[in-house]
Amino acid sequence: MFAFIISRILQALPVMLTVALISFAMFAYVGDPVAIMLGQDFTEAQRQALVKDLGLDQPFWVQFGTFIGNAVQGEFGLSYRLSRPVSDLIAERAPATLELALTAAIVALLIGVPMGVYTGLYRNSWLSRFFLTFSLVGVSLPTFLIGILLILVFAVWLGWLPSFGRGDTVKLGWWSTGFLTWTGIKALILPSITLGLFQLTLIMRLVRAEMLEVLRTDYIKFARARGLPNRAVHFGHALKNTLVPVITIVGLQLGAIIAFAIVTETVFQWPGMGLLFIQSVNQADIPVMAAYLLLISALFVSINLIVDLLYYAVDPRLRIGRGQGAH
Amino acid sequence: MSGQNPLLEVRHLRVEFPTRRGTLVAIDDVSFTISAGEVLGVVGESGAGKSMTGAAIIGLLEPPGRIAAGEILLDGRRIDNLRYEDMRRIRGKEIGAIFQDPLTTLNPLYTVGRQLAETMTTHLPITPAEARKRAIGWLDLVGIPAAAQRIDSYPHEFSGGMRQRVVIALALCAEPRLIVADEPTTALDVSIQAQIIALLKSLAREKGTAMMLVTHDMGVIAETADRVAVMYAGRIAEIGPVRNVVKQASHPYTVGLMGSIPPLDRRVERLAQIDGAMPRLSAIPKGCAYNPRCPKVFARCREDRPDLLPAGATQAACWLYAGEAKTHG
Repeated sequence: MFAFIISRILQALPVMLTVALISFAMFAYVGDPVAIMLGQDFTEAQRQALVKDLGLDQPFWVQFGTFIGNAVQGEFGLSYRLSRPVSDLIAERAPATLELALTAAIVALLIGVPMGVYTGLYRNSWLSRFFLTFSLVGVSLPTFLIGILLILVFAVWLGWLPSFGRGDTVKLGWWSTGFLTWTGIKALILPSITLGLFQLTLIMRLVRAEMLEVLRTDYIKFARARGLPNRAVHFGHALKNTLVPVITIVGLQLGAIIAFAIVTETVFQWPGMGLLFIQSVNQADIPVMAAYLLLISALFVSINLIVDLLYYAVDPRLRIGRGQGAH
Repeated sequence: MSGQNPLLEVRHLRVEFPTRRGTLVAIDDVSFTISAGEVLGVVGESGAGKSMTGAAIIGLLEPPGRIAAGEILLDGRRIDNLRYEDMRRIRGKEIGAIFQDPLTTLNPLYTVGRQLAETMTTHLPITPAEARKRAIGWLDLVGIPAAAQRIDSYPHEFSGGMRQRVVIALALCAEPRLIVADEPTTALDVSIQAQIIALLKSLAREKGTAMMLVTHDMGVIAETADRVAVMYAGRIAEIGPVRNVVKQASHPYTVGLMGSIPPLDRRVERLAQIDGAMPRLSAIPKGCAYNPRCPKVFARCREDRPDLLPAGATQAACWLYAGEAKTHG
C-alpha cells in the first residue's frame, strides 16, 4: 500500500514539472511584465534595474529552476496587478472557492445518487421519466445561463436570495468561512446549485446506468433468492457494486468543479480563486495565472491519488498481498 | 410415497412472455409434486423450460415473464400469488436456490461470512455473533478447509468448486425444506462435479431437504434423483421413478434421449441421435410438440395435444398410451 502511494507520487512528478514548465513559459511569452509594472514614464536605468530585480536577465533554465524552487515553498512572487504576494492572494480567495465547490459536490452527491438509484430501480415510473427529462436540461444548459436564470427567479422576482457575493464570513485562523452565518449560507445556495447541477445530472445518469447493469447480475438474483430485504439488495449489494465507476467520475468532477468554478464565480461575483484568475487573465497578471495553474494541477493529481486509494477500499479484488488460500 | 400432502405441488403451471409479436408460452400446463425429502430431477434440452419452472417456483421470473395460469402450492398453501414481501420471507427460509455459475452468484464485494450471516439474520431470530458462529459451522459442513480463517475471505479468493460449496451453504443456511438447484454443476470442472453432487446429496439427506434438481446431465440424475421429469418445449413429456425413466422409458422423446447417452459397457459405432431440433417457442407445432421428430408419429399426434397418461411405471404425454389409459381406467 505504502509502496503504491510512493510510486503514484513519483508518477505525478513529471506531470507537475510539465505544468510548471508551461506556466513558467507564460512569463516569457505572454505580455511584458516590465512594461506593465513600469507604467508610462520611466528611464532606461529604471527599466534595467527592474529587469535585474525580477531576475529576467538570467538564462531561461536558471529562471525556471528559481521558479520551481520558489513554487515548492509556496512562493509565486508579486502580483503585477495588485503588487501583493500571490500566495497571500490565493490563501485569501481559496476558502471561498473550496467552500463553494464542496457544497456543490455534496449537493450533487446527496441528490444525484438517490435519484440515480431510484431511476435505475423504477425505470418506467413517471417520476423516473421526469428525472431523466430534467437531467437533460441539466446536462445541456450552459452554466452561466442556469446561474442567470436562478438569479432572475430567486433574487430578482422572488427576492429570497442574494444575487452576488458571499454574505458575512467568519474568520477561523486564516480561513474565512461562510458556513457559520445565515447570510453566508443564503449566499451559497444559488451558486452551489448552479455549479453542482451539471454534476448532479451526470452522477444521476451514471448511477442509473450502473444500477441497470448491476441489477441484471447473478449475485443480485441470488441475493433476492436468499430472501434478503429489498433495502439490503438495492442499497447494499447493488449500490456498492456501482461505486467504482461513480468514484472515478465524482473524483474527476470534483477537480473540475474547483477548476471551472470560474464561470459560476463570475456570474455571482463570488470572491474566489476563479474570479481572481479571470481578473488576472484580463490584465496579464502572469504570476497569479501561473500559480493558479500549478495549484489546479496539484489538485487533480491528489484527487486521482485519492480515487485510486478509494478503489482499494471499495473493491477487495484490487487488494493484493492477502493470502490467496489453497484451493 | 405417502398419501399426505406433498411439500411442493405445481398444478397446470403456464408461464407466458408477452412480446411485440404475440405471446410466447414458455411453460405450458406443467404439473408435478415433490414430497418432503424427495429429489426430483428435471431434464431436457436448453430452452425446454426447466430453469424457468424453477424461477417460477421461487417467484423470480424475469419480467416480462409471468405466471398466466396454474397454481404453486407449498405445504398446501398457494405461493404463486403472494405479494413480493411475503414471497421474500419464503425465499431462503422455505425454498433455497442454487444457481448455475458460482463465479457470478456471490457478491464480489462482501466476504463469504457476511453473506452467510446476513442470510441467517434475515430469516432466523439470531444475533450477528451467533450468525457468525453458525456461518463458520456451515463452511465447515460444506467442506471448506480452515473455515474459521476463511470466513473473512472474499469470493475471489476461492476456486470455482469452493465457491459452489459456499453457494450451497448459503442456500441451506436458513434450513429451507426445498432447494431449487438450477444446473449446480454445469459450470464446474468435471472432476469437481461429482464432489459437489455428492455434497448436495448427503446434505439434503442429512437435513431432510427436498430438492428440485434441474440439469441436462443424465448421469447426475441417475445417481441423485428419486424421480425424474423430462421436459420438452415447455411441457413435461414424461415423469416417473428414476429407474423406470432411465431403463424403460415410455415417451419416444425419452427413449431418444436415453439412446443418445454413450454406454460404458460396450462399443458403439454411432450414438443414436434425434433428428431435427426442438421447436422455437414461437413455432410450436399443433398437436404433440414432438411430432415432427417422433419416429412413432401417427395422425392423432398432429391434431391433439396429449396430457400425461399412465405408461407402465411412469406417466408419459404420448398418444401411444391412450389405449392403456382406457384399459386401466
